[in-house]
Amino acid sequence: MTGSLMTDIRYLAPHTLDEAVSAYADAAGAARILAGGTDLLVQMRSGMISPGLILDIKKISELTEISETPEGGFRVGAAVSGAVLAEHPTFGKVWPGVLEALNLIGSTQIQGRASAGGNLCNGSPAGDSVPAMIAAGATVTVQGPGGRRDIPVEAVPVGPGRTNLAPGEILVSFTLPPRAPGSSDAYLRMIPRTEMDIAVVGCGVNLSMKDGVCTAARVALGAVAPTVVLVEDAAKALIGSKLDDAALEAAATACRAACHPIDDKRGTIVYRTKVAGVLLKRTAGIAADRAGRS
Amino acid sequence: MNEMTNSWIGKSTIRPDGADKVTGRAAYAADTNMPGMIWGKVLRSPHPHARIISIDTSKAEALAGVKAVVTAKDIVDFPVDTPVPLGIQDMRWMCRNVMAREKALFHGHPIAAVAATTEAIAAEACKLIEVDYEVLPWAIEIEDAIKPDAPILHDFIQFEGKPSNIAGTLEHKLGDIDAGFAKADVVIERDFNTRPIHQGYIENHACLVSVASDGRTTIWSSSQGQFMVRAMTSFLTGLPQSDIRAIPAEIGGGFGGKTIIYLEPLATILSKKSGRPVKMVMTREEVMRATGPTSGSMSTVRIGATKDGKIVAAQGVFYLQAGALPGSPIRGAAGCAFAPYDIPNVVSRGFDVVSNRSKVAAYRAPGAPIGAHAVECVLDELAEALNIDPLDLRIRNAAREGTKAAHGPVYPRIGLLETMEAAKAHPHYKAPLGKFQGRGVASGYWFNAGGESSAQVNITEDGNVVVTTGHPDVGGSRAAIANIAAELLGIDYRRVSVLIGDTATIGYSNLTGGSRVLFASAMVVTQSAEQVIGQLKARAAKLWGIEADAVVWENGEARPSGDHTGNFPTMTLAEIAAKATATGGPIGAGVQLNTTGAEGGFSTHICDVEVDVDLGIVRVIRYTSFQDVGRAIHPAYVEGQIQGGAVQGIGWALNEEYIYNAKGQVDNPSFLDYRMPVCSDMPMLDAVMIEIPNPKHPQGVRGVGEVPLVPVMAAVANAIHDAVGKRFFSLPMSPPKVLEGLDEGTLQAAE
Ligand SMILES: Cc1cc2nc3c(=O)[nH]c(=O)nc-3n(C[C@H](O)[C@H](O)[C@H](O)COP(=O)(O)OP(=O)(O)OC[C@H]3O[C@@H](n4cnc5c(N)ncnc54)[C@H](O)[C@@H]3O)c2cc1C
Repeated sequence: MTGSLMTDIRYLAPHTLDEAVSAYADAAGAARILAGGTDLLVQMRSGMISPGLILDIKKISELTEISETPEGGFRVGAAVSGAVLAEHPTFGKVWPGVLEALNLIGSTQIQGRASAGGNLCNGSPAGDSVPAMIAAGATVTVQGPGGRRDIPVEAVPVGPGRTNLAPGEILVSFTLPPRAPGSSDAYLRMIPRTEMDIAVVGCGVNLSMKDGVCTAARVALGAVAPTVVLVEDAAKALIGSKLDDAALEAAATACRAACHPIDDKRGTIVYRTKVAGVLLKRTAGIAADRAGRS
Repeated sequence: MNEMTNSWIGKSTIRPDGADKVTGRAAYAADTNMPGMIWGKVLRSPHPHARIISIDTSKAEALAGVKAVVTAKDIVDFPVDTPVPLGIQDMRWMCRNVMAREKALFHGHPIAAVAATTEAIAAEACKLIEVDYEVLPWAIEIEDAIKPDAPILHDFIQFEGKPSNIAGTLEHKLGDIDAGFAKADVVIERDFNTRPIHQGYIENHACLVSVASDGRTTIWSSSQGQFMVRAMTSFLTGLPQSDIRAIPAEIGGGFGGKTIIYLEPLATILSKKSGRPVKMVMTREEVMRATGPTSGSMSTVRIGATKDGKIVAAQGVFYLQAGALPGSPIRGAAGCAFAPYDIPNVVSRGFDVVSNRSKVAAYRAPGAPIGAHAVECVLDELAEALNIDPLDLRIRNAAREGTKAAHGPVYPRIGLLETMEAAKAHPHYKAPLGKFQGRGVASGYWFNAGGESSAQVNITEDGNVVVTTGHPDVGGSRAAIANIAAELLGIDYRRVSVLIGDTATIGYSNLTGGSRVLFASAMVVTQSAEQVIGQLKARAAKLWGIEADAVVWENGEARPSGDHTGNFPTMTLAEIAAKATATGGPIGAGVQLNTTGAEGGFSTHICDVEVDVDLGIVRVIRYTSFQDVGRAIHPAYVEGQIQGGAVQGIGWALNEEYIYNAKGQVDNPSFLDYRMPVCSDMPMLDAVMIEIPNPKHPQGVRGVGEVPLVPVMAAVANAIHDAVGKRFFSLPMSPPKVLEGLDEGTLQAAE
């Protein structure tokens, strides 16, 4: 591309979070965080946004690390790409649903860049890793001029393209809780094609099984409302059941009830609502199989 | 040509453009740059239909860096009452399509263009152009455009004595339709609906134009015809053709969509005004908003047959969207629809409908897939009603040598029946199917074309060969020409370089389109090569001191024959070339022809699908195309054509469509939401090539590029019916539509 007429873009790649936070806060709205850039650069090229400062966070070690927490959970830096997470020796065994959701994004090339942090902060209700993270019960650590805070993932998005991160706040990492034995998760999305598409509906299910009975569950749906939604009624319908047809139908009904979609170029209200129920059943089945069903 | 002795014809030789393309060296239109070059950008209409009251470009012109501005008054005007046809286009409509004249007729219609020192300044200048629009009511879909009270796009178009959006009609008739239907035991009539779809070439339209101070103009652009670029640019700018040199860039796909121009005349005028070379590159959004898709359609097909499966009458009515200006491919729809069958009584009518969407352009067998979709779906239903295997029904009624087609011709030897019989005998047709899987078949026809071609075959001083033709290579013509030239001259194909000349270096050659290029260029190359061989024999004869007709050319060598056999050692091409100066000068020949005899192409497809009945998703799980390819000069390329057609048809059948918002604007102008198939959507697509050589061509070539798309949508629709027991008459058969169509009852019956 040729030089921009309007503004020159500055690029900064600080090595510490503190530097990043202060540069971000100083820019007072003119800056954008760059993780993988697979949303940001597309939006810049299309003229949707024209930031004066691009703040690359990939040089900050805390944002690109994957570690196990003392409690037995995982901490995943906000800028870790899907491809890097896939190479981790144990993460995908413990959280196959989260990993498959992140690596449904785009293509091999995109997965080399795209991060769960970018997916969440982009604020799309159709972001694939978000329902899986919410189902997983993940929390995020956020740091800003006012310090650090931890919040559940479902508290981050507030509407299409909007999050509740305060000005100057940067998403640092995701924390996934330790797992009881017999637990697993899964994520499925409906797209008309087989890849390179945006979810028409996405569904994440995370559950624990003991002696054939579901003892814990979390269900989240994407692309059916202005934000990804945690469907507590669906989880309630699963918990205590053997995931028999009646329980799955009740959970599917709860999912349909949680849908407040729009008619748009990607899907209709009727279609999205029906599909939410179908995906719930299929996703719960996969998660239960992975959990060993016993 | 005897098959047994062929060394190169029928071999999938390494493609001559391959290395450049995989290493990134191939120069596409946007890869060309010049010193002093500036950038052009187009301001496009935000409205689907609006009168242009005024355009004020003064603020744009005042912006620093802006070098020139163009509006409709800079483009040559062609009055609407005098046709100026050029191929399938008419300059009356072209001058209004490249730049809106009286009215903006679609969302994306060019209103003005700016050239500036950077792309960003040009884009900013476009925003400074003030246009006063009077927004008018619009009609985008056919049903809205043909309503009695529809907004009229052009007051000069009349139909049945009244202003109308029906810009043209066409009718093919054979026999007595009423008498025919009277004989039928079973009659099926259905309405169909197909959506406009885009060719989806990877390379967006681009050009670089340099107009020198003496008016000499050079155009580098991506097109399916440098001569078309020259002629249209000449018409629209008023420059004489002799002042324009159009250089074809390597082309990143066209599929018919680059048989027309958009940017070249604008860039030419911008360059003339600014004195600087001007480059213009469309974005994908511009391509989707303002370049030609193929038509959407509304059609009704009625077919009658006797109990024993003989079709006695067929009637088709096809309404095709032209976009904003007249010229939809009704000829392809109405002409090809019934062409695969021997039907005594036929009426086939086409209606050309203008509406407020971008002007259609050619797309692979323009119109034919639309007609075939309707006809082949009705045939499937007819076979079901008659309880006859759908391939048997087609075989029973297949056109063959001597059949008179409704669109005119009496067929010579054709290979349609062979495609159907091969399909019937193929293991695919008998392979078991699982739950919610189904199989469909369909056949199709495309006219194919001949027309003007030029070639020059030159022998280099070191005894190699350079062949120049005049057609951009979109489907493997260079590789195939190399095979043919090598075969005729009896040398290794690697010694033949095939180049595409520009308008100044090769004689007039018509578009790359109509599946005509190899058919036509092989003819001129063959005749040129024969002349070259004549010269080579004469040179050898001269060196040997014998008569030219006592020399034969064999295996790349001249050999004395008859009384002189064995009297002289044979002479290779290289040896003769080395002595060319002494024996009469350079060796080479050129031939220019208006070729004829490009007989039509036929194809029969088998498609298997699996339907996810809970989500409405249809996946194609097996696909086999059987095609009469005449002669596969380069089989890998022919196979690629057949596979490409199948993929495009599957996209058309299942997901592709333009979505318009409430303001009449295209809402999905990107590959994210305009859903062309991706690789992982497809099974391996099998191609069975049946070679029934075209008797009217020296190598037996028949066009192979377009008919592969013709049967596809019907084959998919018929397969879906077989899988779930439900017929879908409207495309695309996308998940929401399929899910809506599946109720408990149909599914239980299908299980
Ligand atoms: C071809 C293609 C296909 C795609 N397919 C899919 C798909 O299938 N599913 C899907 O969900 N998405 C898809 N996307 C969108 C995109 O790839 C994802 O949303 C991805 O996860 C974004 O991550 P990123 O690291 O590239 O984010 P970036 O583009 O770097 O950032 C996205 C946004 O989040 C902000 N941001 C990023 N990190 C932080 C942080 N740590 N703190 C605060 N703000 C931050 C950025 O400023 C920006 O506004 C696709 C994109 C492309 C180009």
